[in-house]
Amino acid sequence: MKALHELTVAQIQQQLIEKKFSSREITEHYLNRIDTLNSDYNCYITVDANGALTAADKADQAIAAGSRAPLLGVPIAHKDIFCTKGVATTCGSRMLANFVSPYDATVVSKMKVAGTVMLGKTNMDEFAMGSSNETSFFGPVKNPWDVETVPGGSSGGSAAAVAAQLAPAATGTDTGGSIRQPAALCGITGIKPTYGRVSRYGMIAFASSLDQAGPMTKTAEDAAILLNSMSGLDHKDSTSLDTTVPNFTATLDDSLAGLKIGIPKEYFDQRLDTAMADAVQVALAELEKLGAKLVDIELPNSALSVPAYYVIAPAEASSNLSRFDGVRYGYRCEDPEDLEDLYTRTRSEGFGDEVKRRILVGTYALSAGYYDAYYRKAQQIRRLIKEDFVRAFEQVDIIAGPTAPSTAFKFGAKTADPVAMYLEDIYTIAVNLAGLPAMSLPAGQLENMPIGMQLVGNYFAEQKLLNVAHQFQLATQWHTSTPTSLKG
Amino acid sequence: MQWETVIGLEVHVQLSTQSKIFSSSPTAYGADANTQADEVDLAFPGTLPVANKQAFKSAVMFGLAINASIEHASVFERKNYFYPDLPKGYQTTQLEKPIVGKGYITIPCSGSGDSKKIRIHHAHLEEDAGKSLHEDFLGMSGIDLNRAGTPLIEIVSEPDIRSAEEAIAFLKKVHAIVTYLDISDGDMSQGSLRCDANVSIRPMGEEKLGTRTEIKNLNSFRFIEKAIHVEVERQKDILEFGGSIRQETRLYDSEKNETRSMRSKEEANDYRYFPCPDLLPVIIDQKTIDDLKQAMPELPEQRFERFQSEFDLSAYDASILTELRQTADYFESVVNACQDAKLSANWVMGELSAFLNKHDVLIENSPIKPEQLAGLITRIKDQTISGKIAKQVFEMMANGKGTADEIIEAQGLKQVSDSGAIETMVDGVIQNNADQVAQYLAADADKRKKLIGFFVGQVMKVSKGQANPGQVNQILAKKLNN
Amino acid sequence: MSINPEQVANTAKLAKLKINADEASEVAERITAILDLVDQMQAVDTEQVEPMANALDAVQRLRIDQANPNEDAQARRAAFQTIAPVTDQGLYLVPKVID
Repeated sequence: MKALHELTVAQIQQQLIEKKFSSREITEHYLNRIDTLNSDYNCYITVDANGALTAADKADQAIAAGSRAPLLGVPIAHKDIFCTKGVATTCGSRMLANFVSPYDATVVSKMKVAGTVMLGKTNMDEFAMGSSNETSFFGPVKNPWDVETVPGGSSGGSAAAVAAQLAPAATGTDTGGSIRQPAALCGITGIKPTYGRVSRYGMIAFASSLDQAGPMTKTAEDAAILLNSMSGLDHKDSTSLDTTVPNFTATLDDSLAGLKIGIPKEYFDQRLDTAMADAVQVALAELEKLGAKLVDIELPNSALSVPAYYVIAPAEASSNLSRFDGVRYGYRCEDPEDLEDLYTRTRSEGFGDEVKRRILVGTYALSAGYYDAYYRKAQQIRRLIKEDFVRAFEQVDIIAGPTAPSTAFKFGAKTADPVAMYLEDIYTIAVNLAGLPAMSLPAGQLENMPIGMQLVGNYFAEQKLLNVAHQFQLATQWHTSTPTSLKG
Repeated sequence: MQWETVIGLEVHVQLSTQSKIFSSSPTAYGADANTQADEVDLAFPGTLPVANKQAFKSAVMFGLAINASIEHASVFERKNYFYPDLPKGYQTTQLEKPIVGKGYITIPCSGSGDSKKIRIHHAHLEEDAGKSLHEDFLGMSGIDLNRAGTPLIEIVSEPDIRSAEEAIAFLKKVHAIVTYLDISDGDMSQGSLRCDANVSIRPMGEEKLGTRTEIKNLNSFRFIEKAIHVEVERQKDILEFGGSIRQETRLYDSEKNETRSMRSKEEANDYRYFPCPDLLPVIIDQKTIDDLKQAMPELPEQRFERFQSEFDLSAYDASILTELRQTADYFESVVNACQDAKLSANWVMGELSAFLNKHDVLIENSPIKPEQLAGLITRIKDQTISGKIAKQVFEMMANGKGTADEIIEAQGLKQVSDSGAIETMVDGVIQNNADQVAQYLAADADKRKKLIGFFVGQVMKVSKGQANPGQVNQILAKKLNN
Repeated sequence: MSINPEQVANTAKLAKLKINADEASEVAERITAILDLVDQMQAVDTEQVEPMANALDAVQRLRIDQANPNEDAQARRAAFQTIAPVTDQGLYLVPKVID
């Protein structure tokens, strides 16, 4: 029999209802694991043991009373970017190290309504700005597959927590690849839905027009289950989509016969490690065996996605982060001499280097005389990138390729060169600019380190992505593979 | 040298919506500090704005009232700067695509019956900031964010205004429009209507505009007028002595009656505008515009015309009575109840207005209700009381002594129309003023007309004002001329 | 496009960040590297392209003008201000604001 921490969300759901164990038992089991193992990986910034046990007991009573809320009693972790009422919400920053949110993010309240038990808040790059989790004020998260390497970022804590079996599932956010890239580097499954599918209310903004939340899980089926509860129109978010949310689990078993998968040649360029490319080809061949047809496509403007992103994201961030001024909440410098000193010292001491760098880039890009050359230009490029995808989806059902150019890299390998770090997201960023749904799933290994395959869908086509990923996972075992460190 | 003053105004009008422009907090004035600020208004991390429909309706109505084009797609932008009363570190406003496009407002020209068009460059929606309280709080300033997020329309005029008087006329017109539309209470004492003035001067006949200064913090008609006057004088002094004007923001200090440079505003003037990614373009369809057009209330100009045609009022009277919607409403209620427009106009503009001014009461809060004033006018019309007695009755009504009829009855003020009683009084006055009678008899017809006033006055005095003046005249003339 | 230490200082001032003189050139260098990356955009002709602010070209939903009842306003303020750095009499305090 499997240990509790080896179970998927689908299995936990089932066994809770069958009363194989209680929510309190599995919650205590996870809290104990976190207690023992979190110091190895630094996945969690905050563990809310009391809150979790109270919620678990409530869930057990509800189960006993016959309630069938979809995720009743299932423990999960939230990325520390989501505001949680009464629980510290730090966003990985000194600026919010002592911030206890007075309200719940919509995602958090929806997951509460679904019956989940929150174990705690996961570590992340500061304000979600990073691809390696090295910018967190609370120290880096370590990749459970090799603690010398990064877990990816910015949702590195969530990815590592699922990989290290310190949570059966977690929430993440993705602005330029922050769900998919850490999912790839940690060997788990993660989906970034269509922009607007999941409410952004209460999710601390990095780049408002790109940010999107999604689940990070062991399997595509679990991702579908969580996404069912996370999605939906929220009147508090003007950019939230007013469309019906399909049942994402209903189509998981659809056949892939006749499915057309586009393979963009730009995603297999010289930047991609050849061994990685080979591994992804093997995974694609697996999809062919399931009845899919591979079609070569072009996304000619994809090389422009990183440049456009590094204008839009910092520009929006520079403005979004202006509210951190030491007046109403968060960090405030000691004994400010005057107003200017209050602002400048609070922000200089409260923000880390990468955050400050991006604020400067964004401020510069928006400043007088540069707006047209940078911001407006980037928004135009953005349309070209979207049009590339629109054309591609006239020919194919989904697009597939690698999630990241390499497997997890060593700590410090890219910190000296921000541009090298930015290029880590070269395959993921275009999707955010276009607002499309995309996911990453384990699709191979290289020297015992996981490789992620990225699937990109048309607008609102999360069902299709999850269906393809689920079928792939029925045929392969990559997603069940766990880090060797856990086997001892 | 002869100078010409050139003024452009930016008028901020607070819209009287129930809730704020981007949050559901109430907008009522005067609540305890920070009790009307929710997590959105306080810019807690993760919060997002959702735009208020009524703010758009109000802005469209204003646009229609100033003959402006309405933009079908308007876009909110962020104006980025740091200030303690600005919790997000940016103000959400409109720049490239404002809701209201070009239009114009007509103002009366002082001293003549002519009018003048002031072009409106555009009007846009934006959020108000909070307030910094400068009294000493532990040696610091206090920040109250109740006002943060209150919807504003900012109305930007072209530099078509040529004097402080025209500026006031323009503002009064804006005030009238927004209160007639009922989109703002227009209460300047609460900051519901505020304005910044861009002021420059140029030699008369010169086409090129001079360098302008922007005067901020103008929140009463009196201060606006004074501020413009002193700023124009300051600029003249500089230019006439060969100096040059610095383009800058200046603050009007009402205590010293001077403007001074506002250094704090000069530093960070790179606002880095960009479209707000948390808000999407607002599309106003033609049907919404047409529906609002159908439902538009009567505007000040329409009412001004109607008062002249329907009530036969002079243009002067009509303009005074329509300047404030509340005054016009009051006047119409009086006319409806007493059916005498001329007397109603005289009483509203005369006694009532003097009384309200003296006690600093707004007409909508007048202790004398329109029906009461109409009751008084009815008694003047039917000659129950004279105009003079009516003033006494008015005072008593104002002091809460009841309706005109109640007061007339209780005080015995009914006019004496009994000719026997009046004759007795007239006889007494003739007897007691023999010298004046002799003068009268010696005078020619023209002089007699003037002299008779003395006798009328004496009789009225004896009657304590209650004798019917018409009858007094008649009986006096008969007795003296015989 | 490159950015010099002086421009970095001006930008930092706008963003209310302090860049020490000894860091300025390194920050300028790193930002220049980012701007070089960003400048790849300039090679593309976008004159006829409409800027895209929202991926779905969606439009704003407007909220019905209804105020929250605001019943527990005092208690809510107290809760909000427990996490505020400095308050007095319900106000947030900052060093003296001078116009």
